[in-house]
Amino acid sequence: MPAVYLVSDNIYSPIGTTTAQNFERIKQGGSGIQQHNKLALSNGPFYASLFNHDEVKNHNSLNCSIFEDLLIESIEQSLSGIELDVTDDKTIFIVSSTKGNIGLLETNGSDPDLEERIAMHTSAKLVAGHFGFVNQPLVVSNACISGIMAILAGARLIQSGRYENAVIAGADVITKFILSGFQSFQAISAEPCKPFDENRTGITLGEGAATMVLSSNSKYADRIKVLGGAVSNDANHISAPSRTGEELCGAIKRTLSMAGLVSEDIDLLSAHGTATSYNDEMEAKAITLAGLSLVPANSLKGYYGHTLGAAGLIESIVSIQSLKQNLILPTLGFEKMGVSNPINVCTALTPKRLKTCLKTASGFGGCNAAVLFSK
Amino acid sequence: MYIKSRITSNCTISKNVIYKNEVPVFENRGADLPAFLLSAYQNFGLNYPRFYKMDNLSKLGWLASEVLLKGSGIKHYEPEEAGIILSNANSSLDSDKKYIQSVSDIPSPSLFVYTLPNIMIGEICIRNNFKGEDAFFIFEKFDAAFFETYVSNLLENDVLKVCICGWVDVLDDDYKAVLFLVERQETEDGIPFSEKNLNNIFDNLIIDKI
Repeated sequence: MPAVYLVSDNIYSPIGTTTAQNFERIKQGGSGIQQHNKLALSNGPFYASLFNHDEVKNHNSLNCSIFEDLLIESIEQSLSGIELDVTDDKTIFIVSSTKGNIGLLETNGSDPDLEERIAMHTSAKLVAGHFGFVNQPLVVSNACISGIMAILAGARLIQSGRYENAVIAGADVITKFILSGFQSFQAISAEPCKPFDENRTGITLGEGAATMVLSSNSKYADRIKVLGGAVSNDANHISAPSRTGEELCGAIKRTLSMAGLVSEDIDLLSAHGTATSYNDEMEAKAITLAGLSLVPANSLKGYYGHTLGAAGLIESIVSIQSLKQNLILPTLGFEKMGVSNPINVCTALTPKRLKTCLKTASGFGGCNAAVLFSK
Repeated sequence: MYIKSRITSNCTISKNVIYKNEVPVFENRGADLPAFLLSAYQNFGLNYPRFYKMDNLSKLGWLASEVLLKGSGIKHYEPEEAGIILSNANSSLDSDKKYIQSVSDIPSPSLFVYTLPNIMIGEICIRNNFKGEDAFFIFEKFDAAFFETYVSNLLENDVLKVCICGWVDVLDDDYKAVLFLVERQETEDGIPFSEKNLNNIFDNLIIDKI
Protein backbone atom coordinates (compact mmCIF):
# COMPACT_ATOMS: atom_id res chain seq x y z
CA MET A 1 0.00 0.00 0.00
CA PRO A 2 1.25 3.50 -0.76
CA ALA A 3 2.36 5.71 2.13
CA VAL A 4 0.18 8.70 2.98
CA TYR A 5 1.84 12.05 3.65
CA LEU A 6 0.56 15.26 5.21
CA VAL A 7 1.02 17.99 2.60
CA SER A 8 -0.39 20.90 4.60
CA ASP A 9 -2.81 21.74 7.37
CA ASN A 10 -4.72 24.55 9.01
CA ILE A 11 -6.44 25.19 12.32
CA TYR A 12 -8.99 28.00 12.25
CA SER A 13 -10.06 28.53 15.83
CA PRO A 14 -10.91 31.27 18.33
CA ILE A 15 -7.20 31.37 19.31
CA GLY A 16 -5.75 31.66 15.82
CA THR A 17 -6.40 31.37 12.12
CA THR A 18 -3.28 29.40 11.16
CA THR A 19 -1.68 26.27 12.59
CA ALA A 20 1.40 28.29 13.60
CA GLN A 21 -0.66 30.92 15.43
CA ASN A 22 -2.60 28.23 17.25
CA PHE A 23 0.54 26.41 18.37
CA GLU A 24 2.20 29.63 19.57
CA ARG A 25 -0.87 30.60 21.60
CA ILE A 26 -1.00 27.18 23.25
CA LYS A 27 2.72 27.31 24.02
CA GLN A 28 2.01 30.55 25.87
CA GLY A 29 -0.82 28.85 27.78
CA GLY A 30 -3.52 30.73 25.87
CA SER A 31 -7.03 29.29 25.81
CA GLY A 32 -10.13 30.18 23.83
CA ILE A 33 -12.37 29.30 26.75
CA GLN A 34 -14.20 32.22 28.35
CA GLN A 35 -17.37 32.79 30.27
CA HIS A 36 -20.24 33.89 28.04
CA ASN A 37 -23.63 35.42 28.64
CA LYS A 38 -25.50 34.75 25.43
CA LEU A 39 -29.23 34.34 25.74
CA ALA A 40 -29.37 32.94 22.21
CA LEU A 41 -27.38 29.97 23.52
CA SER A 42 -28.27 29.61 27.19
CA ASN A 43 -30.36 31.28 29.88
CA GLY A 44 -27.44 31.36 32.30
CA PRO A 45 -23.72 32.08 31.94
CA PHE A 46 -21.57 29.27 30.57
CA TYR A 47 -17.95 28.61 29.61
CA ALA A 48 -17.08 27.85 25.98
CA SER A 49 -14.47 28.64 23.33
CA LEU A 50 -16.44 30.60 20.74
CA PHE A 51 -15.74 32.70 17.66
CA ASN A 52 -16.94 36.25 17.41
CA HIS A 53 -19.15 35.39 14.43
CA ASP A 54 -18.92 38.95 13.11
CA GLU A 55 -15.18 38.44 12.66
CA VAL A 56 -15.47 35.27 10.58
CA LYS A 57 -15.32 36.22 6.91
CA ASN A 58 -18.71 35.78 5.28
CA HIS A 59 -18.79 34.45 1.74
CA ASN A 60 -21.90 36.38 0.82
CA SER A 61 -21.84 35.50 -2.85
CA LEU A 62 -22.32 31.84 -1.91
CA ASN A 63 -25.06 32.49 0.65
CA CYS A 64 -22.98 30.60 3.21
CA SER A 65 -23.87 29.70 6.76
CA ILE A 66 -21.30 30.26 9.50
CA PHE A 67 -20.53 26.51 9.36
CA GLU A 68 -19.66 26.72 5.67
CA ASP A 69 -17.72 29.99 6.16
CA LEU A 70 -15.51 28.21 8.71
CA LEU A 71 -14.89 25.28 6.38
CA ILE A 72 -14.01 27.62 3.51
CA GLU A 73 -11.64 29.77 5.60
CA SER A 74 -9.78 26.75 6.92
CA ILE A 75 -9.55 25.01 3.53
CA GLU A 76 -8.38 28.22 1.85
CA GLN A 77 -5.57 28.59 4.38
CA SER A 78 -4.51 24.96 3.98
CA LEU A 79 -4.38 25.19 0.19
CA SER A 80 -2.52 28.48 -0.01
CA GLY A 81 1.02 28.02 -1.18
CA ILE A 82 0.87 24.28 -1.91
CA GLU A 83 1.86 23.00 -5.31
CA LEU A 84 -0.86 20.43 -5.53
CA ASP A 85 -3.71 20.59 -8.01
CA VAL A 86 -6.68 19.45 -5.95
CA THR A 87 -9.21 20.21 -8.69
CA ASP A 88 -8.58 17.12 -10.76
CA ASP A 89 -10.35 13.81 -10.33
CA LYS A 90 -7.50 12.34 -8.26
CA THR A 91 -8.61 14.35 -5.20
CA ILE A 92 -11.38 13.45 -2.77
CA PHE A 93 -12.89 16.17 -0.53
CA ILE A 94 -14.04 14.96 2.89
CA VAL A 95 -16.09 16.92 5.43
CA SER A 96 -16.32 16.03 9.12
CA SER A 97 -19.04 17.43 11.34
CA THR A 98 -21.45 16.29 14.02
CA LYS A 99 -24.20 18.85 13.52
CA GLY A 100 -23.24 21.01 10.52
CA ASN A 101 -25.99 23.57 9.86
CA ILE A 102 -28.25 22.49 12.71
CA GLY A 103 -28.33 26.11 13.96
CA LEU A 104 -30.63 26.91 11.04
CA LEU A 105 -33.41 24.98 12.83
CA GLU A 106 -33.33 27.75 15.45
CA THR A 107 -32.93 30.77 13.15
CA ASN A 108 -34.53 29.82 9.81
CA GLY A 109 -37.49 27.72 10.96
CA SER A 110 -39.86 29.06 8.29
CA ASP A 111 -37.59 28.43 5.29
CA PRO A 112 -39.45 25.98 2.99
CA ASP A 113 -36.15 24.48 1.82
CA LEU A 114 -34.81 24.23 5.37
CA GLU A 115 -34.38 20.45 5.42
CA GLU A 116 -32.36 20.42 2.20
CA ARG A 117 -30.35 23.44 3.43
CA ILE A 118 -29.48 21.72 6.72
CA ALA A 119 -28.40 18.47 5.04
CA MET A 120 -24.62 18.13 5.30
CA HIS A 121 -24.29 16.98 1.69
CA THR A 122 -25.67 20.40 0.70
CA SER A 123 -22.89 22.16 2.64
CA ALA A 124 -20.26 19.81 1.25
CA LYS A 125 -21.41 20.39 -2.31
CA LEU A 126 -21.45 24.17 -1.83
CA VAL A 127 -17.91 24.21 -0.42
CA ALA A 128 -16.68 21.75 -3.06
CA GLY A 129 -18.06 24.01 -5.80
CA HIS A 130 -16.24 27.01 -4.32
CA PHE A 131 -12.88 25.26 -4.53
CA GLY A 132 -13.54 23.39 -7.76
CA PHE A 133 -13.33 19.87 -6.31
CA VAL A 134 -14.77 17.65 -9.01
CA ASN A 135 -15.57 14.39 -7.22
CA GLN A 136 -18.65 13.97 -5.07
CA PRO A 137 -17.62 14.96 -1.52
CA LEU A 138 -17.68 12.44 1.31
CA VAL A 139 -19.29 13.55 4.59
CA VAL A 140 -18.42 11.80 7.85
CA SER A 141 -20.80 12.27 10.76
CA ASN A 142 -19.95 9.83 13.50
CA ALA A 143 -20.23 11.77 16.77
CA CYS A 144 -17.00 12.83 18.46
CA ILE A 145 -14.74 10.49 16.49
CA SER A 146 -15.77 12.11 13.17
CA GLY A 147 -12.48 13.98 12.72
CA ILE A 148 -10.26 10.93 13.20
CA MET A 149 -12.61 8.85 11.07
CA ALA A 150 -12.38 11.44 8.29
CA ILE A 151 -8.57 11.27 8.38
CA LEU A 152 -8.72 7.47 8.27
CA ALA A 153 -11.26 7.50 5.44
CA GLY A 154 -9.01 9.83 3.46
CA ALA A 155 -5.92 7.71 4.10
CA ARG A 156 -7.75 4.49 3.17
CA LEU A 157 -9.22 5.91 -0.03
CA ILE A 158 -5.72 7.03 -1.02
CA GLN A 159 -4.25 3.63 -0.13
CA SER A 160 -6.94 1.83 -2.10
CA GLY A 161 -5.56 3.60 -5.17
CA ARG A 162 -8.91 5.22 -5.89
CA TYR A 163 -7.50 8.72 -5.17
CA GLU A 164 -4.08 10.30 -4.87
CA ASN A 165 -5.00 13.25 -2.63
CA ALA A 166 -7.55 14.03 0.06
CA VAL A 167 -8.62 17.42 1.41
CA ILE A 168 -10.19 16.73 4.80
CA ALA A 169 -11.98 19.56 6.59
CA GLY A 170 -13.97 19.53 9.81
CA ALA A 171 -16.03 22.12 11.65
CA ASP A 172 -18.79 22.51 14.20
CA VAL A 173 -20.61 25.59 15.46
CA ILE A 174 -21.94 25.73 19.03
CA THR A 175 -25.67 26.43 18.96
CA LYS A 176 -28.42 26.33 21.54
CA PHE A 177 -29.32 22.89 20.16
CA ILE A 178 -25.92 21.48 21.10
CA LEU A 179 -25.33 23.36 24.35
CA SER A 180 -28.81 22.63 25.75
CA GLY A 181 -28.39 18.95 24.88
CA PHE A 182 -25.15 18.59 26.81
CA GLN A 183 -26.68 20.67 29.63
CA SER A 184 -29.65 18.28 29.73
CA PHE A 185 -27.14 15.47 30.27
CA GLN A 186 -25.60 17.46 33.16
CA ALA A 187 -22.38 17.12 31.20
CA ILE A 188 -21.26 20.78 31.03
CA SER A 189 -18.63 21.90 33.53
CA ALA A 190 -19.45 25.01 35.57
CA GLU A 191 -15.82 26.13 35.09
CA PRO A 192 -13.29 25.58 32.27
CA CYS A 193 -12.88 21.82 31.83
CA LYS A 194 -10.21 19.94 33.80
CA PRO A 195 -9.21 16.81 31.85
CA PHE A 196 -8.12 13.81 33.96
CA ASP A 197 -8.22 15.99 37.09
CA GLU A 198 -9.58 14.86 40.43
CA ASN A 199 -12.04 17.77 40.47
CA ARG A 200 -13.25 17.53 36.87
CA THR A 201 -16.99 18.01 36.48
CA GLY A 202 -17.62 17.79 32.75
CA ILE A 203 -16.94 19.18 29.32
CA THR A 204 -16.54 22.69 27.94
CA LEU A 205 -17.73 23.09 24.36
CA GLY A 206 -15.75 24.85 21.65
CA GLU A 207 -16.04 26.03 18.05
CA GLY A 208 -13.39 25.46 15.46
CA ALA A 209 -12.44 24.26 12.01
CA ALA A 210 -9.41 22.45 10.70
CA THR A 211 -8.13 20.99 7.45
CA MET A 212 -5.55 18.39 6.47
CA VAL A 213 -4.35 17.79 2.93
CA LEU A 214 -3.06 14.24 2.45
CA SER A 215 -1.31 12.75 -0.56
CA SER A 216 0.48 9.63 -1.70
CA ASN A 217 2.65 11.72 -4.04
CA SER A 218 6.26 10.76 -3.27
CA LYS A 219 7.45 14.35 -3.56
CA TYR A 220 6.03 14.76 -0.05
CA ALA A 221 7.94 11.75 1.32
CA ASP A 222 9.84 13.93 3.80
CA ARG A 223 6.61 15.07 5.47
CA ILE A 224 4.66 13.65 8.41
CA LYS A 225 3.14 10.26 7.58
CA VAL A 226 -0.27 8.85 8.50
CA LEU A 227 0.70 5.32 9.53
CA GLY A 228 -2.83 4.04 10.00
CA GLY A 229 -5.65 3.80 12.44
CA ALA A 230 -8.65 1.85 13.60
CA VAL A 231 -12.21 2.24 14.87
CA SER A 232 -14.08 0.07 17.35
CA ASN A 233 -17.45 -0.05 19.06
CA ASP A 234 -18.14 -0.77 22.73
CA ALA A 235 -21.45 -2.59 22.01
CA ASN A 236 -22.39 -1.57 25.52
CA HIS A 237 -24.32 1.73 25.82
CA ILE A 238 -25.38 4.52 23.45
CA SER A 239 -24.29 7.42 25.65
CA ALA A 240 -21.98 6.00 28.34
CA PRO A 241 -18.48 4.74 27.62
CA SER A 242 -17.28 1.17 28.07
CA ARG A 243 -16.79 0.04 31.66
CA THR A 244 -13.47 -1.59 30.87
CA GLY A 245 -11.85 0.46 28.09
CA GLU A 246 -11.14 -2.82 26.27
CA GLU A 247 -12.67 -1.62 23.00
CA LEU A 248 -10.67 1.63 22.78
CA CYS A 249 -7.64 -0.45 23.73
CA GLY A 250 -8.54 -2.81 20.86
CA ALA A 251 -8.55 0.10 18.39
CA ILE A 252 -5.17 1.28 19.71
CA LYS A 253 -3.65 -2.20 19.47
CA ARG A 254 -4.90 -2.72 15.94
CA THR A 255 -3.49 0.68 14.96
CA LEU A 256 -0.07 -0.25 16.34
CA SER A 257 -0.03 -3.68 14.72
CA MET A 258 -1.02 -2.25 11.32
CA ALA A 259 1.96 0.07 11.59
CA GLY A 260 4.23 -2.74 12.76
CA LEU A 261 4.92 -0.89 16.02
CA VAL A 262 4.67 -1.76 19.71
CA SER A 263 3.58 0.41 22.64
CA GLU A 264 7.21 1.34 23.44
CA ASP A 265 7.45 3.02 20.04
CA ILE A 266 4.83 5.66 20.91
CA ASP A 267 6.35 8.98 21.99
CA LEU A 268 3.23 11.06 22.54
CA LEU A 269 -0.43 10.30 23.20
CA SER A 270 -3.01 12.95 22.41
CA ALA A 271 -6.00 11.72 24.37
CA HIS A 272 -9.67 12.65 23.97
CA GLY A 273 -9.76 13.84 27.61
CA THR A 274 -13.20 15.48 27.60
CA ALA A 275 -13.10 15.90 31.39
CA THR A 276 -16.31 14.01 32.04
CA SER A 277 -15.94 11.60 34.91
CA TYR A 278 -16.71 8.51 32.81
CA ASN A 279 -14.79 9.33 29.63
CA ASP A 280 -11.49 10.10 31.32
CA GLU A 281 -11.79 7.06 33.58
CA MET A 282 -12.48 4.77 30.60
CA GLU A 283 -9.67 6.29 28.57
CA ALA A 284 -7.15 5.85 31.36
CA LYS A 285 -8.15 2.18 31.62
CA ALA A 286 -7.76 1.72 27.85
CA ILE A 287 -4.39 3.50 27.82
CA THR A 288 -3.18 1.29 30.67
CA LEU A 289 -4.46 -1.89 29.00
CA ALA A 290 -2.64 -0.90 25.82
CA GLY A 291 0.63 -0.58 27.73
CA LEU A 292 0.82 3.19 27.23
CA SER A 293 0.44 4.40 30.82
CA LEU A 294 4.00 5.79 30.90
CA VAL A 295 3.80 7.54 27.52
CA PRO A 296 3.55 11.34 27.86
CA ALA A 297 -0.13 12.13 27.33
CA ASN A 298 -2.18 15.28 27.06
CA SER A 299 -5.67 16.49 26.39
CA LEU A 300 -6.08 19.76 24.47
CA LYS A 301 -9.68 20.38 25.58
CA GLY A 302 -8.49 23.02 28.07
CA TYR A 303 -7.39 25.21 25.12
CA TYR A 304 -10.19 24.59 22.62
CA GLY A 305 -13.02 23.01 24.56
CA HIS A 306 -14.63 20.03 22.85
CA THR A 307 -14.86 21.03 19.20
CA LEU A 308 -16.93 17.94 18.28
CA GLY A 309 -16.54 17.15 14.56
CA ALA A 310 -13.42 19.30 14.32
CA ALA A 311 -11.75 17.90 17.44
CA GLY A 312 -9.99 14.93 15.83
CA LEU A 313 -8.51 17.19 13.16
CA ILE A 314 -7.57 20.13 15.40
CA GLU A 315 -5.97 17.92 18.04
CA SER A 316 -4.14 15.80 15.46
CA ILE A 317 -2.68 18.91 13.81
CA VAL A 318 -1.55 20.39 17.15
CA SER A 319 0.07 17.07 18.07
CA ILE A 320 1.82 16.94 14.70
CA GLN A 321 3.26 20.39 15.50
CA SER A 322 4.50 18.87 18.75
CA LEU A 323 6.27 16.18 16.71
CA LYS A 324 7.81 18.76 14.39
CA GLN A 325 9.00 21.01 17.22
CA ASN A 326 9.90 18.18 19.65
CA LEU A 327 7.79 19.85 22.28
CA ILE A 328 5.08 18.24 24.42
CA LEU A 329 2.24 20.53 25.47
CA PRO A 330 0.81 20.57 29.00
CA THR A 331 -2.79 19.60 29.78
CA LEU A 332 -4.41 22.91 30.70
CA GLY A 333 -6.83 22.46 33.61
CA PHE A 334 -5.17 19.34 35.00
CA GLU A 335 -3.75 19.59 38.52
CA LYS A 336 -4.11 16.33 40.43
CA MET A 337 -4.53 12.79 39.05
CA GLY A 338 -8.20 11.96 39.06
CA VAL A 339 -8.40 8.60 37.29
CA SER A 340 -7.99 5.23 39.00
CA ASN A 341 -5.41 3.99 36.46
CA PRO A 342 -2.78 6.76 36.60
CA ILE A 343 -1.44 7.81 33.21
CA ASN A 344 1.45 10.14 32.42
CA VAL A 345 -0.46 13.43 32.02
CA CYS A 346 1.89 16.23 30.93
CA THR A 347 1.74 19.34 33.07
CA ALA A 348 4.52 21.51 31.62
CA LEU A 349 6.01 22.40 28.25
CA THR A 350 8.49 19.57 27.80
CA PRO A 351 11.16 19.44 25.08
CA LYS A 352 11.70 15.82 24.00
CA ARG A 353 12.77 14.08 20.81
CA LEU A 354 9.53 12.83 19.30
CA LYS A 355 8.96 10.56 16.34
CA THR A 356 5.44 9.15 16.71
CA CYS A 357 2.14 10.40 18.05
CA LEU A 358 -1.06 8.48 18.70
CA LYS A 359 -4.36 10.40 18.68
CA THR A 360 -7.48 8.81 20.18
CA ALA A 361 -11.14 9.72 20.64
CA SER A 362 -14.39 8.18 21.77
CA GLY A 363 -17.99 9.25 21.36
CA PHE A 364 -21.71 8.67 21.71
CA GLY A 365 -22.91 5.50 20.07
CA GLY A 366 -20.06 3.61 21.79
CA CYS A 367 -17.50 4.52 19.11
CA ASN A 368 -13.72 4.70 19.59
CA ALA A 369 -10.97 5.67 17.16
CA ALA A 370 -7.19 5.86 17.01
CA VAL A 371 -4.82 7.27 14.38
CA LEU A 372 -1.04 7.21 14.30
CA PHE A 373 1.32 9.82 12.86
CA SER A 374 5.09 9.71 12.50
CA LYS A 375 7.99 11.78 11.23
CA MET B 1 -7.54 -19.84 -2.51
CA TYR B 2 -9.07 -16.62 -3.82
CA ILE B 3 -11.56 -15.33 -1.27
CA LYS B 4 -14.32 -13.10 -2.56
CA SER B 5 -16.60 -10.60 -0.88
CA ARG B 6 -20.22 -11.64 -1.33
CA ILE B 7 -23.59 -10.16 -0.44
CA THR B 8 -25.03 -13.06 1.53
CA SER B 9 -28.24 -11.39 2.65
CA ASN B 10 -30.14 -8.16 2.04
CA CYS B 11 -33.15 -6.43 3.53
CA THR B 12 -35.20 -3.54 2.19
CA ILE B 13 -37.87 -1.65 4.11
CA SER B 14 -39.77 0.77 1.90
CA LYS B 15 -43.36 1.92 1.42
CA ASN B 16 -44.57 -0.21 4.34
CA VAL B 17 -43.23 -3.46 2.90
CA ILE B 18 -40.27 -5.46 4.24
CA TYR B 19 -38.29 -7.57 1.79
CA LYS B 20 -35.73 -10.21 2.70
CA ASN B 21 -33.52 -11.14 -0.24
CA GLU B 22 -35.99 -9.41 -2.58
CA VAL B 23 -38.96 -11.39 -1.31
CA PRO B 24 -41.73 -9.58 0.61
CA VAL B 25 -41.93 -10.93 4.16
CA PHE B 26 -44.23 -8.38 5.78
CA GLU B 27 -46.48 -5.53 4.79
CA ASN B 28 -48.82 -3.16 6.59
CA ARG B 29 -50.06 -0.60 4.11
CA GLY B 30 -51.72 2.52 5.41
CA ALA B 31 -49.98 2.59 8.81
CA ASP B 32 -47.86 5.64 9.66
CA LEU B 33 -44.16 4.98 10.25
CA PRO B 34 -44.22 4.43 14.06
CA ALA B 35 -47.26 2.14 13.76
CA PHE B 36 -45.71 0.28 10.84
CA LEU B 37 -42.43 -0.28 12.71
CA LEU B 38 -44.26 -1.50 15.81
CA SER B 39 -46.46 -3.86 13.78
CA ALA B 40 -43.38 -5.33 12.10
CA TYR B 41 -41.65 -5.76 15.47
CA GLN B 42 -44.69 -7.63 16.78
CA ASN B 43 -45.16 -9.65 13.59
CA PHE B 44 -41.64 -11.06 13.79
CA GLY B 45 -42.13 -11.98 17.46
CA LEU B 46 -39.15 -9.88 18.53
CA ASN B 47 -38.56 -9.34 22.22
CA TYR B 48 -36.17 -6.48 22.85
CA PRO B 49 -37.38 -3.81 25.29
CA ARG B 50 -34.72 -1.30 24.09
CA PHE B 51 -36.71 -1.09 20.83
CA TYR B 52 -39.38 1.03 22.53
CA LYS B 53 -36.82 3.66 23.60
CA MET B 54 -35.35 4.14 20.13
CA ASP B 55 -36.14 6.97 17.72
CA ASN B 56 -37.65 6.14 14.33
CA LEU B 57 -34.25 6.05 12.58
CA SER B 58 -32.81 3.55 15.05
CA LYS B 59 -36.01 1.48 15.04
CA LEU B 60 -35.94 1.29 11.25
CA GLY B 61 -32.24 0.40 11.04
CA TRP B 62 -32.45 -2.04 13.93
CA LEU B 63 -35.50 -3.78 12.48
CA ALA B 64 -33.83 -4.07 9.07
CA SER B 65 -30.74 -5.56 10.72
CA GLU B 66 -32.88 -8.13 12.56
CA VAL B 67 -34.46 -9.28 9.30
CA LEU B 68 -31.08 -9.17 7.54
CA LEU B 69 -29.29 -11.32 10.12
CA LYS B 70 -32.04 -13.89 10.73
CA GLY B 71 -30.76 -17.28 9.63
CA SER B 72 -27.29 -15.89 8.85
CA GLY B 73 -24.08 -17.31 10.24
CA ILE B 74 -23.27 -14.06 12.06
CA LYS B 75 -22.77 -15.78 15.42
CA HIS B 76 -19.72 -17.59 14.06
CA TYR B 77 -17.73 -14.37 13.92
CA GLU B 78 -15.73 -12.82 16.74
CA PRO B 79 -17.10 -9.45 17.98
CA GLU B 80 -14.07 -7.58 16.58
CA GLU B 81 -14.57 -9.13 13.13
CA ALA B 82 -18.04 -7.61 12.62
CA GLY B 83 -18.65 -4.00 11.64
CA ILE B 84 -21.31 -1.61 10.36
CA ILE B 85 -20.91 1.10 7.69
CA LEU B 86 -24.10 3.07 7.05
CA SER B 87 -25.21 6.19 5.21
CA ASN B 88 -28.18 8.45 4.59
CA ALA B 89 -29.14 11.91 3.33
CA ASN B 90 -30.79 13.48 6.36
CA SER B 91 -28.53 12.45 9.22
CA SER B 92 -30.69 12.48 12.38
CA LEU B 93 -32.83 15.45 11.27
CA ASP B 94 -36.08 13.59 12.00
CA SER B 95 -35.10 13.43 15.68
CA ASP B 96 -33.32 16.80 15.62
CA LYS B 97 -36.66 18.47 14.86
CA LYS B 98 -38.30 16.70 17.79
CA TYR B 99 -35.45 17.60 20.13
CA ILE B 100 -35.48 21.31 19.22
CA GLN B 101 -39.21 21.38 20.06
CA SER B 102 -38.36 20.16 23.56
CA VAL B 103 -35.70 22.85 24.05
CA SER B 104 -38.19 25.69 24.48
CA ASP B 105 -39.77 23.70 27.30
CA ILE B 106 -37.37 21.32 29.07
CA PRO B 107 -34.56 19.94 26.85
CA SER B 108 -34.93 16.18 26.81
CA PRO B 109 -31.77 14.11 27.23
CA SER B 110 -33.58 11.01 25.96
CA LEU B 111 -34.36 12.85 22.70
CA PHE B 112 -30.92 14.53 22.49
CA VAL B 113 -29.06 11.23 22.57
CA TYR B 114 -30.70 10.24 19.27
CA THR B 115 -29.58 13.43 17.49
CA LEU B 116 -26.57 11.65 15.98
CA PRO B 117 -27.02 9.21 13.11
CA ASN B 118 -24.40 6.75 14.39
CA ILE B 119 -26.52 6.05 17.48
CA MET B 120 -28.38 3.63 15.20
CA ILE B 121 -25.08 1.84 14.60
CA GLY B 122 -24.54 1.71 18.37
CA GLU B 123 -27.98 0.13 18.83
CA ILE B 124 -27.27 -2.60 16.26
CA CYS B 125 -23.82 -3.21 17.81
CA ILE B 126 -25.31 -3.56 21.29
CA ARG B 127 -27.89 -6.06 20.04
CA ASN B 128 -25.37 -8.24 18.18
CA ASN B 129 -22.20 -7.56 20.19
CA PHE B 130 -20.39 -6.16 17.13
CA LYS B 131 -17.15 -4.50 18.23
CA GLY B 132 -15.37 -3.97 14.91
CA GLU B 133 -15.06 -0.97 12.65
CA ASP B 134 -18.06 1.29 12.15
CA ALA B 135 -18.76 4.52 10.29
CA PHE B 136 -21.60 6.79 9.27
CA PHE B 137 -21.49 8.82 6.05
CA ILE B 138 -23.91 11.40 4.60
CA PHE B 139 -24.68 11.35 0.86
CA GLU B 140 -27.34 13.05 -1.20
CA LYS B 141 -28.14 9.63 -2.71
CA PHE B 142 -27.03 6.06 -2.00
CA ASP B 143 -23.50 5.75 -3.40
CA ALA B 144 -22.98 2.10 -4.34
CA ALA B 145 -19.56 2.77 -5.90
CA PHE B 146 -18.28 4.26 -2.63
CA PHE B 147 -19.51 1.29 -0.62
CA GLU B 148 -17.93 -1.18 -3.01
CA THR B 149 -14.57 0.62 -2.68
CA TYR B 150 -14.67 1.33 1.04
CA VAL B 151 -16.11 -1.92 2.39
CA SER B 152 -14.03 -4.08 0.03
CA ASN B 153 -10.97 -2.28 1.36
CA LEU B 154 -11.92 -3.09 4.96
CA LEU B 155 -12.60 -6.75 4.13
CA GLU B 156 -9.54 -7.28 1.93
CA ASN B 157 -7.23 -5.73 4.53
CA ASP B 158 -8.67 -7.95 7.28
CA VAL B 159 -10.03 -4.98 9.23
CA LEU B 160 -13.37 -6.83 9.13
CA LYS B 161 -14.57 -10.29 8.14
CA VAL B 162 -18.24 -9.39 7.96
CA CYS B 163 -19.92 -6.03 7.45
CA ILE B 164 -23.45 -4.69 7.47
CA CYS B 165 -23.57 -1.78 5.05
CA GLY B 166 -26.20 0.29 3.31
CA TRP B 167 -28.66 3.13 3.68
CA VAL B 168 -31.16 4.03 6.42
CA ASP B 169 -32.93 7.38 6.07
CA VAL B 170 -35.98 8.82 7.85
CA LEU B 171 -37.51 12.26 7.55
CA ASP B 172 -41.10 12.61 8.75
CA ASP B 173 -43.12 10.05 6.75
CA ASP B 174 -40.46 9.48 4.11
CA TYR B 175 -38.15 6.62 4.86
CA LYS B 176 -36.10 3.89 3.26
CA ALA B 177 -33.76 1.24 4.59
CA VAL B 178 -31.65 -1.09 2.46
CA LEU B 179 -29.06 -3.20 4.28
CA PHE B 180 -26.54 -5.64 2.86
CA LEU B 181 -24.66 -8.36 4.71
CA VAL B 182 -21.23 -8.67 3.13
CA GLU B 183 -18.90 -11.55 3.98
CA ARG B 184 -15.53 -12.78 2.82
CA GLN B 185 -15.96 -16.39 1.93
CA GLU B 186 -14.82 -19.27 -0.19
CA THR B 187 -18.29 -20.53 -1.10
CA GLU B 188 -20.60 -19.27 -3.80
CA ASP B 189 -23.38 -18.23 -1.38
CA GLY B 190 -25.14 -15.01 -2.21
CA ILE B 191 -24.15 -12.69 -5.04
CA PRO B 192 -20.94 -10.78 -5.80
CA PHE B 193 -20.42 -7.60 -3.76
CA SER B 194 -20.46 -5.13 -6.63
CA GLU B 195 -21.71 -1.64 -7.39
CA LYS B 196 -24.15 -3.10 -9.91
CA ASN B 197 -25.68 -5.59 -7.50
CA LEU B 198 -25.91 -2.99 -4.73
CA ASN B 199 -27.73 -0.62 -7.07
CA ASN B 200 -30.06 -3.29 -8.43
CA ILE B 201 -31.18 -4.25 -4.95
CA PHE B 202 -31.35 -0.64 -3.79
CA ASP B 203 -33.49 0.37 -6.75
CA ASN B 204 -35.77 -2.65 -6.35
CA LEU B 205 -35.04 -3.63 -9.94
CA ILE B 206 -35.28 -7.32 -9.21
CA ILE B 207 -38.35 -6.87 -7.05
CA ASP B 208 -40.14 -4.85 -9.72
CA LYS B 209 -39.99 -7.81 -12.08
CA ILE B 210 -41.92 -10.06 -9.72
